[in-house]
Amino acid sequence: MSEPIIAVKNLIKTFSGKRVLDDISFEVKKGEIFSVMGCSGGGKSTLLRHIIGSIKPDSGNILVQQKDITQMGEQELDHMRKKIGMVFQDAALLDYLSVEENVALPLREHTRLAEEIIMIIVRMKLSLVGLRGFERYSPAELSGGMKKRVGIARAIALDPEVVFYDEPTSGLDPVVAAVINKLIMDLSKKLGITSVVVTHDMHSVLTISDTILMIHQGRILQMGTPEEIRNTKDPVVKQFITGSYEGPIDFFQNPEIYVDDIVWGEK
Amino acid sequence: MKALRTIQRILTDFFRTVGGVTVLFIDIVYWILVGPFIKKPPKKDFIFEQMVFVGVRSVVIASFVAIFTGLVLAMQIAYQLQKLGGVLYVASVVAVSLCRELGPVLTALVVSARAGSAITAQLGSMKVTEQIEALEVMALNPVRFLAVPRFVALVMMLPCLTLLADFVGMFGGYIVGVHKLNIPSSLYVQISYKFLVLKDVYTGLLKSVVFGAIIALIGCYHGFKTSGGAEGVGRATTISVVTSYILIIFADSVLTAIFFFHKV
Repeated sequence: MSEPIIAVKNLIKTFSGKRVLDDISFEVKKGEIFSVMGCSGGGKSTLLRHIIGSIKPDSGNILVQQKDITQMGEQELDHMRKKIGMVFQDAALLDYLSVEENVALPLREHTRLAEEIIMIIVRMKLSLVGLRGFERYSPAELSGGMKKRVGIARAIALDPEVVFYDEPTSGLDPVVAAVINKLIMDLSKKLGITSVVVTHDMHSVLTISDTILMIHQGRILQMGTPEEIRNTKDPVVKQFITGSYEGPIDFFQNPEIYVDDIVWGEK
Repeated sequence: MKALRTIQRILTDFFRTVGGVTVLFIDIVYWILVGPFIKKPPKKDFIFEQMVFVGVRSVVIASFVAIFTGLVLAMQIAYQLQKLGGVLYVASVVAVSLCRELGPVLTALVVSARAGSAITAQLGSMKVTEQIEALEVMALNPVRFLAVPRFVALVMMLPCLTLLADFVGMFGGYIVGVHKLNIPSSLYVQISYKFLVLKDVYTGLLKSVVFGAIIALIGCYHGFKTSGGAEGVGRATTISVVTSYILIIFADSVLTAIFFFHKV
């Protein structure tokens, strides 16, 4: 079996007394689509920010291509970051640059390629995400789904080995969401890019993933293939799949203390 | 007890800001001096774009403020000098006070309100929409990529604007002097330059370099520190403009004192 491209070991992070990530360990294999899912505020995005080196953990190790990024200085981190791409939730395109300049930015800054070559690569990446002809548009003129696709084109501009997606389908209509899912799968299958997808969109998780990691309240609940997740015994995972409001994840007030609580407030 | 805690909070905020701005300044200087040797230098286009924005686009408003300052200054000084019978010297007082003091300070305040606020608002909204984080993930240092071009542009363009404001302000004084106080045109110009020495001009320009650095540093610092959505951007912009106004006035008095006591 090939070496894991990402390995997280016993990751712990505490924010102002609250343990956001509690002893998280997992491995991502090369070329697979690895999804992290869980409730909003459950620690998914924090986990992602640890892997790209934006946040340092309290303890634990994160190995990207066998190198521990928790021990890296800024320069080494930057070197590592050139080999990864990230698609942000709201695309995070630089709004003063055009679509073309956004995709060209990593190429212009990190390579010594001639401008003509860069433009060819930009057109190639844009046609991969189906946005040829929008080169001169500014991000403000694009719809949410188009922005996200430009974000993907920018993320793969330097031909990274891993691409991270933060909520790739949130806020999109079902058709556009399906297009994005198709794109993630195509990139993974055709170009062999490893994908790490953080999402709470159950439908897309079960469609695209090779492996699914379910996180709840900072802990790993279950990890497995979509088939294993579908046939889960865990009540929380089950509730998540069915999308029911009843179950162990409870948003409603306990009726026994309801009156006391609203009369006297929080004790 | 509450007052004590407020004072403590204000003091911690103050020292945190001083620390943060110092770190940012060192970072910027590092990227200007060392950066080009270890990475690609910042794109000239970006610096040029910023120079156009903070410099060229401020020409009209800076000239507007300067010409009216010159007009008012000449009238106010004439009002005093008329009593002493030395109206002729309006020309030199206008020239010296503009070059040493009003040109640099008023231009800096105008540019701070116009460009400093824009810098904070722009960087702040980039921060809250994850664009700054996106730069970091693309291994592009935000200080090198965003702060350095703005810093360089302000430090270079503010002295140019100041020089322009000095001339335009003197022209305002000239209008009052020649057309209202009936000083012959050539005499007015002659008196203007008679008492104006080169030192008056370059101390003013030195001040404007410092003011330019203040506007860029404070603008970028508060932009990078923005949090809390649209409201946060508004708050950061206000704090940024207020802080740079206070610092410009403060730095002005310190620099004036240095120039005065060292007979520069």
